[in-house]
Amino acid sequence: MMRFSLRINGSVREIDLVAETTLLDALREHAGLTGTKKGCDRGQCGACTVLVNGRRVLSCLTLAMMHGDDDVTTIEGLAGDAGLHPLQQAFVEHDAFQCGFCTSGQIMSAVGLLAEGRTLDADAIRERMSGNICRCGAYPNIVDAIASVAGQTV
Amino acid sequence: MQPFTYRSVDTVASARAALLEYPEAQMIAGGTTLLDLMKAGVERPAVVIDINRLPLTTIEVTPERVRIGALARNSDVADDATIVREFPVLAQALAAGASGQLRNMATVGGNLLQRTRCSYFRDNVSRCNKRAPGSGCDARDGVNRMHAVLGTSDGCIATNPSDMNVALAALDATIVVMRESGEVRFTLDEFYRLPQETPERETVLQHGDVIVAVEIATAPLYRRSLYLKLRDRASYEFALVSVGACLSVSDGTIARSSLALGGVATVPWRAREAERILDEATPSPELFRRAADAALAGAETTPHNAFKVELAKRAIVRVLGTLAGSAS
Repeated sequence: MMRFSLRINGSVREIDLVAETTLLDALREHAGLTGTKKGCDRGQCGACTVLVNGRRVLSCLTLAMMHGDDDVTTIEGLAGDAGLHPLQQAFVEHDAFQCGFCTSGQIMSAVGLLAEGRTLDADAIRERMSGNICRCGAYPNIVDAIASVAGQTV
Repeated sequence: MQPFTYRSVDTVASARAALLEYPEAQMIAGGTTLLDLMKAGVERPAVVIDINRLPLTTIEVTPERVRIGALARNSDVADDATIVREFPVLAQALAAGASGQLRNMATVGGNLLQRTRCSYFRDNVSRCNKRAPGSGCDARDGVNRMHAVLGTSDGCIATNPSDMNVALAALDATIVVMRESGEVRFTLDEFYRLPQETPERETVLQHGDVIVAVEIATAPLYRRSLYLKLRDRASYEFALVSVGACLSVSDGTIARSSLALGGVATVPWRAREAERILDEATPSPELFRRAADAALAGAETTPHNAFKVELAKRAIVRVLGTLAGSAS
């Protein structure tokens, strides 16, 4: 075990890690932030998506120790004093989930996508969100929710 | 994951020194292949050397060429204005690969060394000459619909899974490797080894080598280029067949062509017989079909993957027809 600092949602957290601890396990098992979900744990489902320095990545396929210099943002860090993040609000308003297991990954991926600054129609959203699997099949409403925010900001 | 020692380095020289100090060390960059295979038990490095702090992320443009740092992320290369303008096939191939998250992580150097998606290699149980040399190949008589039809051997029919590599093959790219003697350059043909009797040795890299860049010369030919990827799903899936091609047409004649195939071969595949048919000929659907026939003439198929031959030919005809149409 080794003491290690990670900057998560704007706060520095001191956690005890071994080398093989993924960023996902560091968040869930060591920092107590269980909003980030472990789906396949093999980079195939997108449930573990977080932002590293504002870019969306899969926390299951990266080691926590690779991120000592980085800013990590999880679903817990999205809402501010003013309330939910616009994408969180849009997912509620568009009923963009059923069981909810993929939802934090979907929202974090969508936040990363909008930050990429592309012009997004429904086809582009489907293509650019294809790394996030929803086994309930809530895709139509997920696309609607993202499109509603993309329309405001792009 | 099997426990390992983590080391972080910040220069190419210190990366090379760390590799040479530990014979069982592997480098980690994006981690998207290595950690996946470590979780599966297929890769078991005793030491993992984090090279993400190496200063190799930039895309340098000079009048003659573009030099892409080995740690440039796939997404950054795909969106780079110079890459989009000079090498459309590369931007398109990168954008067609994996997902937004994986493209933000995966590096150019790592993509060159991406391991096969052969399920018998990845399951850590089956006989696999690539994973356990000499054990045999369960893919050969197994479920091999995804497997290669070109460049295969008795011991291995696993495909090279990369989209980027197909584009780099079509663009005559050079891989720059730092070695004891200094920078060494390889074409893709020189860099990748056919499986033959040693499918576990996929490239000419030696332990201690560090890929530092990929270089591509700028040329009018490469600006008229295209990538077509055919797969079982519309997105986030590996290729059944992919085609990367460049075509320059002047006065109704093909001046020069380059044609590379993915999803069908054990290494990034350059179809030079097809190029010889195309060069200095008059573009037509019949010509493109003859070139496609030549490209797949050496195919060796199984009952599961025989469909790839006709699929690849039609993909080639479509890509060449599109490029010829846009040239006239």
